[in-house]
Amino acid sequence: MTERFEAGTYDVIVIGAGHAGCEAALAAARMGQRTLILSINLDSIAMMPCNPSIGGTGKGHLVKEVDALGGEMGLNIDKAFIQSRMLNTAKGPAVHSLRAQADKNLYHIEMKKTLENEPNLDVKQGEVVEIIAKDNVVKGIALRAGSIYYSKAVILATGTYLGGKIFIGQSSFQSGPNGLAPSLELSDSLKKLGIKLTRFKTGTPARIDMKTLDFDQMEEQPGDEVIVPFSFMNDELYREQISCWLTYTNGETHRIINENLNRSAMYSGQIEGTGPRYCPSIEDKIVRFADKNRHQLFIEPEGLNTKEMYVQGMSTSLPEDVQIAFLSTIPGLQRVKIMRPAYAIEYDCIDPTELNLSLEFKGIENLFSAGQFNGSSGYEEAAAQGLMAGINSVLKIQGEEPFILDRSQGYIGVLIDDLVTKGTNEPYRMMTSRAEYRLVLRQDNADLRLTEKGYKIGLVKEDRYRKYIDRKSQIDIEMERLKTTSVKPNEINDFLEKNGSSQIKSSISLYDLLKRPELDYHMLKEIDTTRAQDIKRDVASQCNVQIKYEGYITKQLKQIDQFKKLESKKLYQDIEYSKIEGLRIEARQKLDEIKPLSVGQASRISGVSPADISVLLVFLEQQRRKRGEENE
Amino acid sequence: MIDDTITAIATAPGEAGISIIRMSGPSCVDILDNIFKPKKGSSIKAFSERKLVYGHIVDKEDDRILDEVLAVYMKAPYTYTKEDIVEINCHGGIVPTRNILEIVLKNGVRMAEPGEFTKRAFLNGRIDLAQAEAVMDLISAKTDKGFDVALNQLEGGLSKKVKEVRSSIVETLSHIHVSIDYTEEDIEEITYPELISRTREIEEKIESMLKTSETGKIIREGLNTVIIGKPNVGKSSLMNALLRESRAIVTDIPGTTRDVIEEQLSVKGIPLKIVDTAGIRETEDVVEKIGVERSKEFFNKADLIILVLDSSDEITKEDREIINHIKDRKALVLLNKTDLIKRIDEDELERVLPSKRIIKVSILEEEGLSEIEDEIVKMVYGGEVKADNNSFVTNLRHKNSLQKALNSIREGTAAARQYLPFDLLEVDIKDCYDALGEITGDTVDDDIIQKIFANFCLGK
Repeated sequence: MTERFEAGTYDVIVIGAGHAGCEAALAAARMGQRTLILSINLDSIAMMPCNPSIGGTGKGHLVKEVDALGGEMGLNIDKAFIQSRMLNTAKGPAVHSLRAQADKNLYHIEMKKTLENEPNLDVKQGEVVEIIAKDNVVKGIALRAGSIYYSKAVILATGTYLGGKIFIGQSSFQSGPNGLAPSLELSDSLKKLGIKLTRFKTGTPARIDMKTLDFDQMEEQPGDEVIVPFSFMNDELYREQISCWLTYTNGETHRIINENLNRSAMYSGQIEGTGPRYCPSIEDKIVRFADKNRHQLFIEPEGLNTKEMYVQGMSTSLPEDVQIAFLSTIPGLQRVKIMRPAYAIEYDCIDPTELNLSLEFKGIENLFSAGQFNGSSGYEEAAAQGLMAGINSVLKIQGEEPFILDRSQGYIGVLIDDLVTKGTNEPYRMMTSRAEYRLVLRQDNADLRLTEKGYKIGLVKEDRYRKYIDRKSQIDIEMERLKTTSVKPNEINDFLEKNGSSQIKSSISLYDLLKRPELDYHMLKEIDTTRAQDIKRDVASQCNVQIKYEGYITKQLKQIDQFKKLESKKLYQDIEYSKIEGLRIEARQKLDEIKPLSVGQASRISGVSPADISVLLVFLEQQRRKRGEENE
Repeated sequence: MIDDTITAIATAPGEAGISIIRMSGPSCVDILDNIFKPKKGSSIKAFSERKLVYGHIVDKEDDRILDEVLAVYMKAPYTYTKEDIVEINCHGGIVPTRNILEIVLKNGVRMAEPGEFTKRAFLNGRIDLAQAEAVMDLISAKTDKGFDVALNQLEGGLSKKVKEVRSSIVETLSHIHVSIDYTEEDIEEITYPELISRTREIEEKIESMLKTSETGKIIREGLNTVIIGKPNVGKSSLMNALLRESRAIVTDIPGTTRDVIEEQLSVKGIPLKIVDTAGIRETEDVVEKIGVERSKEFFNKADLIILVLDSSDEITKEDREIINHIKDRKALVLLNKTDLIKRIDEDELERVLPSKRIIKVSILEEEGLSEIEDEIVKMVYGGEVKADNNSFVTNLRHKNSLQKALNSIREGTAAARQYLPFDLLEVDIKDCYDALGEITGDTVDDDIIQKIFANFCLGK
C-alpha cells in the first residue's frame, strides 16, 4: 500500500473540477474559505464532454440564477460563446430561454484561468481514493499518491468519473468521460461510509469532421441579431457568430439502425444503468416512435479552432461501423468521417434523497455532494448544485443556517427540492414545466429575485450589488413614470388606429396602454415623448413584461401564497413518523427516510398521499395545542 | 397520532327504545372488558368479533349493575373508522345512556369531537373528503331523495366525476408543457383551436356538475314553494290535498302569522317548503296587511310559485296583477274548480303567460293532483338531470370549489381566444385543477380540512 503523508489543511475541499466543482470551489473561496479543488486531470477543468452549448429551456434559467447569486457560469459562457439564441420567443416571457453555443476549449481555458486567479483557492491534479471521516463527521481526503488533506468540509462533485465505464457497440472499457481516466477506488470508500450507490447511464453522439460535410444540403441556424448576455454583469455583447445546421434522418437511416439493434450496447442488455428518457439514443427514438418517418439533427460547431462538429440528437451505443453507415444516409452527411465515435457511459451516483436540502449528507456531517453524482444531468444543473453546496459548506463551517431556496424562489430551489425530496430514477434534467411558479421565476428577473440574497450571504460582491441596485432603481423609476404619464385621445388615436388598437375617449396612462396585447413598450416609443433616450434595453423589457403580464403574475402570486402556507408549517426533525398511527405504512417509511423540513416538502414525497398530509396537519395541530396547554 | 379512544352516543337524543354508545380506538376492547360482564363466559376477550353478546354494564367501584345490554366489537381495519370499534346497545332514555357514557369516559375514553368518527375514517384512508362530507349529509338528509344523493356521494359518485375531469386537465397540461419545453423538437404542438376545444369541454363538464348543485340544494334544504291566488280560489284546499298525498308531514313552523302558513312535505322524494299566502293585494286592514307584507317576502324568495285561478270565474283585475308578478318566475298555473262551469278565458291566459304550464284541476274532487306532483318533479330536475344520475352537488363547499374551477377554466379559454402565450393560460388551467382537487382532498389545504371537521355533527 502507498505510504501516506499529511500534505495540508483547508477549510473546504472540492473533489472534481467540472461544472459543479468549479462553482462550489469558487463560492467557498469567495466567501473567504481556504479552498482546494482537485481534478483527475487539470486539462479537463470545466470540460464539456457532451453538447457544446450552455442554457436552453429551463437550463438557461439556472445559469441566470447562478449568475445572480455570484456564480461563474454566466460570466464564463459570455466569454466563450460563439453563437447566442433566445429560444421560445414565440411563447410567453416566462419560458424564454437563453442558449449559447460555446467554444469548448475556450470555455475550459477561461474557467481554468478564473480558478487559478482566485485568491484563497488552490488548484491541484490528483485522484481522490478515500474520504476520511470520524464518528460520521468528515475530516479530509486521501489521494492515490498518498497525500492526505484535512478539511472542515468536503464537497463531492465527481460527475461521471466514479466507476466510469464506456460502451461503444459491443466493446466496453473502464473510463471517465471523453477517454479520461476513471476514478475507481473512491466508490468503495463511500460505500464504507454507508453511502448507497446506484448506476446511471448517459450518452453522447459522434463528433464528425467539418471537411466531410455538405452544408448546402442542410438548413442554416444562425444566431440572434441582438445578443442577450447570460451574466447580469454584462450589459451588451457584440461578437461574430457561427451557425449551426439542421438536417433529418430518413427511412434508410432507420432501416440500418433497426437491422443492427442487436449490436447496440443498450439493446443487447450490457448496460445496467438507467438512461434519461428525455434524451433518448437514436435507436431508442426509432424503436419507440416507429411511426415517425424522420428525426431531426443539429450539426453544431465544437469551437472556432477545430473542425469537430457535434451531431445533436444522435447519441447512440451502436458500434462505429453502424454509426458511419447510418450517418451517411443523411442529407449533407453522405461523405461523413467520424473523428470521435458516439459512446454511452455508465457511472456511480447516489440516491439524492440521502441528502438534506442543503446538499449535505444526512448521515455524514460536513460532507456535501453536487452535480451529476447526485443523479442529475447537464452542465447547468451541475453548476447550480455546485454553487449551493459551496455556499452551504461555508455556512455550515460558520455555524450559520443553510441557504435554501424554495420552489417559488428559483429554478435552483425546484431542482434541489425535486432531487432531495422525490429522488430520481433517471438522470434528472431541468425543464420549465417542473417549475410551478414559472411566471414569477423568469430568466430576466433572476437578479431581482436573488442578488440581494447572494449579497447577504457574502458571495455577491460590491460591484455586482451596485449594478443590481442601479438596475432595480431604473426599473422602479421607469415603472413609476409609465404609471403617472397619461396621454390624451387626440395625441394617440391616430397611432392606435394605425396599430389596430381601439381608440380612446379619455386620457389613459402609458401603463394601462401597455396592457393591450397588440401594443408593446417598443411600439409606444412613437407617442411616448418623455421617455429617456438612453433607457437600457433590459430595463425596457423588464417593464414591458411586468406590466403586460401583471394580471397573470398576480394570479401566480396567489398560488405562491397558498404554497407558502404548507411550506411554513415546519416539521421537527425528531418526529417519529413510525408512531403516527393514521399514516399509511409506506408514508411512515418515506417520511422517516426523507425527514422533510415542512409539510409542503412532505406533500411532494412520492408515496405520501394527500390523506397522509391531512394526518400530519392534524398531528401538528394537536402538538401545538398540547404545547399551548403546557405553557398555560 | 390517533392513539386515543373516542366515544359518543350514536343514536338520536331523546326517549327511544334503544340507545347505542360507540367507541373507536385501540383501547376500546380493553375498556369494554373493564365495564362489561357477559352472562356466559368470563371475559370479553373470549368473544368472537361482530357477534352481539348479552351481559351487564357494571361499575367496578361498587359492583353496581348499571344496565343490561348487548355489546359487540368489530376488529380493525374492517370497520367504519378502520380502528377497533365497540358498540353497546343499552336501554333507551337519557338516564341509562348517560350512566354508561359516564363510566366509559371514566375509563379514560375521550368524548368525540363533532364529526370525529368520520374524521378518523377519512384520516385512516377509508373515505375521501367528498365522501366524508356525504356522511354528514346522510345524517341530516330530510327525504329519501336526499338520502340517495348522500349515499351516492359516500360511494364516491362526485369524487369519480371530479377525478375524471382532473385527469382530462392533466392531459391538456401535458400538451402545454411539451410545447413549452421541447421547443426545438420536431413535435406537433397543440394549436389554439385544439386547446380551446379541450378547455371548453372541461368547462362544460364542470358546468353540468354545477347545475346539479341547485337541485342538490333543493334536495337538502327543500324547495321554497309559494301558493298564491285571490281569496277563495282553493289555496288552502290545495295545501291540504298535497299534505294528504305526501308521506312526510312535518310541523307548522312556529312564529308564522295566521296569514302565512309554512309546511314541509315531500313530493316524490323532493322536499317542499310550502307557503300558503294570504294573497297578494293591497289592503287597508292593518292586521291583514302584516300578512300581506310577509306574503310578499315569501313570494320574492320562492323557488317555485303555484298560482291558483278559479276557472269558474273570469280573469279579474286582481288575477291580472298577480299574473304580472309571476311572468318571469318559475311558476305553475292551476285552473281550479273544473267541476264547475268554465268561465275563464284560456286563450287570454296562454297569451299573457306563454311559457307557463297550465294544469286543470279540481281539488275538491281530487282530480289532477298527480299531474301537479309530476310537474313539480319535472321542474326541479329541469330535464337536465337524469333520474338515475345521483351525483348531485349538495354541499356548499363543493359548489364553491366548482365555481372557482369554472371561473378559472373560463379565464383560460378566454386567454386562449386572445392567443395569450401558453405559459400564461397554464396558470388558469392549473388553478382549475387545484380547485377541483379541493373537493376530493387531492389539493391539500389546511383551512379546508379544519373547516370541514368543525362542521360535522357529533358522533358518526
